[in-house]
Amino acid sequence: MTMIKRGFAALAAGALSTALAMPASAEPVKFDFWFGLSGDLARVVDTLCKNFNASQKDYEVVCTSQGNYDATLQNTIAAFRAGKQPAVVQVYDVGTATMMLSGAYKPADKLMEENGYKIDYADYFPGIARYYATSKGEMLSFPFNSSTPLMYWNKDAFAKIGKTEAPKTWEDVGADLKALKDAGYECPMAINISANESWQLMEQFSALHNQPIATKNNGYDGLDARLEVNKTKFVQYVTDLKKWYDAGLIKIKSKDLGQDMVQAFASGTCQVILTSVGDHGTVGRTQKEGMKWDVAELPVYAGTERKNSLVGGASLWVLSGKSDAEYKGAAAFLNFIHDPKTALFWSTNTGYIPVTKSGFDYMKGQGFYDKAPYKGREVAIASLTASEPTEITRGIRLGNFTQIRAEFGTQMQAIFANKVSVQEGLDTLVKNGDAILERFQQTYPGKTLP
Amino acid sequence: MEKRVTFGKWTIGILFAVPQLLLIFTFFYWPAGQAVYWSLTLQQPWGGGNIWVGLDNFRSILSNADYWNSITASLVFAGISTGLAMFIALVLAALTDRQLAGSRLYRVVLIWPYGIAAPALAMAFRFILAPEAGFMAVVNRVWPGFWDPGLDGADAMASIIVAFSWKYVGYNFIFFLAAFQAIPRSLIEAAAMDGSGVIRRFWDVQFPLITPTIFFLLVINITESFQDSFGIVDIMTAGGPANATNLMVYKIYSDGFKGLDYSGAAAQSIILMLLIIVLTIFQFRFIERRVHYR
Repeated sequence: MTMIKRGFAALAAGALSTALAMPASAEPVKFDFWFGLSGDLARVVDTLCKNFNASQKDYEVVCTSQGNYDATLQNTIAAFRAGKQPAVVQVYDVGTATMMLSGAYKPADKLMEENGYKIDYADYFPGIARYYATSKGEMLSFPFNSSTPLMYWNKDAFAKIGKTEAPKTWEDVGADLKALKDAGYECPMAINISANESWQLMEQFSALHNQPIATKNNGYDGLDARLEVNKTKFVQYVTDLKKWYDAGLIKIKSKDLGQDMVQAFASGTCQVILTSVGDHGTVGRTQKEGMKWDVAELPVYAGTERKNSLVGGASLWVLSGKSDAEYKGAAAFLNFIHDPKTALFWSTNTGYIPVTKSGFDYMKGQGFYDKAPYKGREVAIASLTASEPTEITRGIRLGNFTQIRAEFGTQMQAIFANKVSVQEGLDTLVKNGDAILERFQQTYPGKTLP
Repeated sequence: MEKRVTFGKWTIGILFAVPQLLLIFTFFYWPAGQAVYWSLTLQQPWGGGNIWVGLDNFRSILSNADYWNSITASLVFAGISTGLAMFIALVLAALTDRQLAGSRLYRVVLIWPYGIAAPALAMAFRFILAPEAGFMAVVNRVWPGFWDPGLDGADAMASIIVAFSWKYVGYNFIFFLAAFQAIPRSLIEAAAMDGSGVIRRFWDVQFPLITPTIFFLLVINITESFQDSFGIVDIMTAGGPANATNLMVYKIYSDGFKGLDYSGAAAQSIILMLLIIVLTIFQFRFIERRVHYR
């Protein structure tokens, strides 16, 4: 009994002392940042947060990984509905339309202005800024981790067929793959056809060829946009991919089958892949000893005027309903991330590219792109800035685009398994995708995209 | 006369029941009621508002070919995996009950699979059944292209059925073994003295006596195959290829959480709930008649 009594007394004393101690010391203002990266990348974000906390004494950011992009958005929504949302959250590229209609954010440009930070928005690469900006060009969120796809090619294999340069057109790719096959390579090129590859196969291909994914300028001009990938050059592309797959020039590689395409390339099994510049570091670290490889811009069909590729990755949103003190901290944090020095730290430790011209110039000035493991990543910037973004290559602003990507995976699998023809599969993709868009439009009656 | 212990006032009884009722209300009826409400509206994911749409959500789901495909896939999955898991467990339990050499070891080992979390075992089976690297790679080397769960829907369905059944063999085994051991030895010995063999004794003595257990496991296995399959599908196939393994419970998750279509997902979960209720009523109404309770 006395034990219990003493325990209670200790507890009470403890509670009292913390209550007294709290206001005494000037604690920094804490605010939450939720992000969707995991593994190595999450550790880099944690270091970034530590660096920010060490750089000043007024604010303390608490960074929490939610595992992946989907979970981050789901958890943030749940938290927001319960009034416990973080101050800053990382939302992936295709979640942008959903965020814009949520009414749950504080515009990033306003936040910075209110807190006295001057950001030169023209400094952002236009291909990156336009993806996240409103149709009027206001930045509602800050681009954070950014990437774009590249073609990775095995120089040793191409040397065997007498090539020293990467193919620039899809016509050349077809011929080279054939030559590689004839030279005895089992897997000239690897692709995967799940929801994730909608990014490089459908979205980037369409941007490079200035082909629309959907009407209304890919959705920028209204919620009544509908898909139209079943009548663009994309049909030709899928037809060719399928033809090459049937001829054994392309193999499907995915984690479920035992080896994903990055592993297949790094081990020398497959000679060409299309994947994010973010995998540049992974290939370098895991490649077969002595293998020579390089990266190039994604090919286009002959006679195409090449346009800019799209940015992939995520941006940072500041959510509504937080205190002024927390907003001050959030603004300081965003300003810290905007700094060119942070860009160098970030790109060195991940495969992501800088998002501003000043960041890129600073990194070039430091000799970043001359050194062996990072050499080649400047191709990504060249691809992103290949042209001034057109009405169509600004980006994609479609509601519930995650589900449309899933539908892309489903229909591509049906096409490659010979269940349906290319045209039938893409028609179904458009039909089902339109149902998703229509439903999104009905959910937000009378609302328009900013 | 039998003496009954009762409470003096009826309020005391109610008072004792209140905590339980409160729990059931909070964790079952309230969320279920919320789901019904959501299924009749269009919810904005961020909570900005909703519109009453009546039965529109149900209409659009039931007129969607993909949804019917998902129902078919779920029924195929439930039927085959329940059959497989119960049959294998029954055979193993019958053999273990015969006290063959090493049966004490089997008794312990066979229970383990049920203790493994679905995602962990799905991860293991993903490696085992990978067409290029795992056990099936050997088969593929003999017959190229024989096993391809990445593109062949039937292969993908087979892999999730194998993984799910493997887990539930362990669960069913415990119950079957307990049922066998509850049968009085004298019955079996009497049958043996009358000259009946092992198979004969199984069908005429043991099997009729364990029918209550079989029925119980049938209901549980079918219900669980609709719900507990989620982790396995998520890790092994993510519903693919081409929706071949997009079971109802997985479709609810992907539409609701990935697609942020809360209303559509709520409507689907109501349909799933009704389907399980109907299946269970069917089993009690028609199959239970053949069960012999002692």
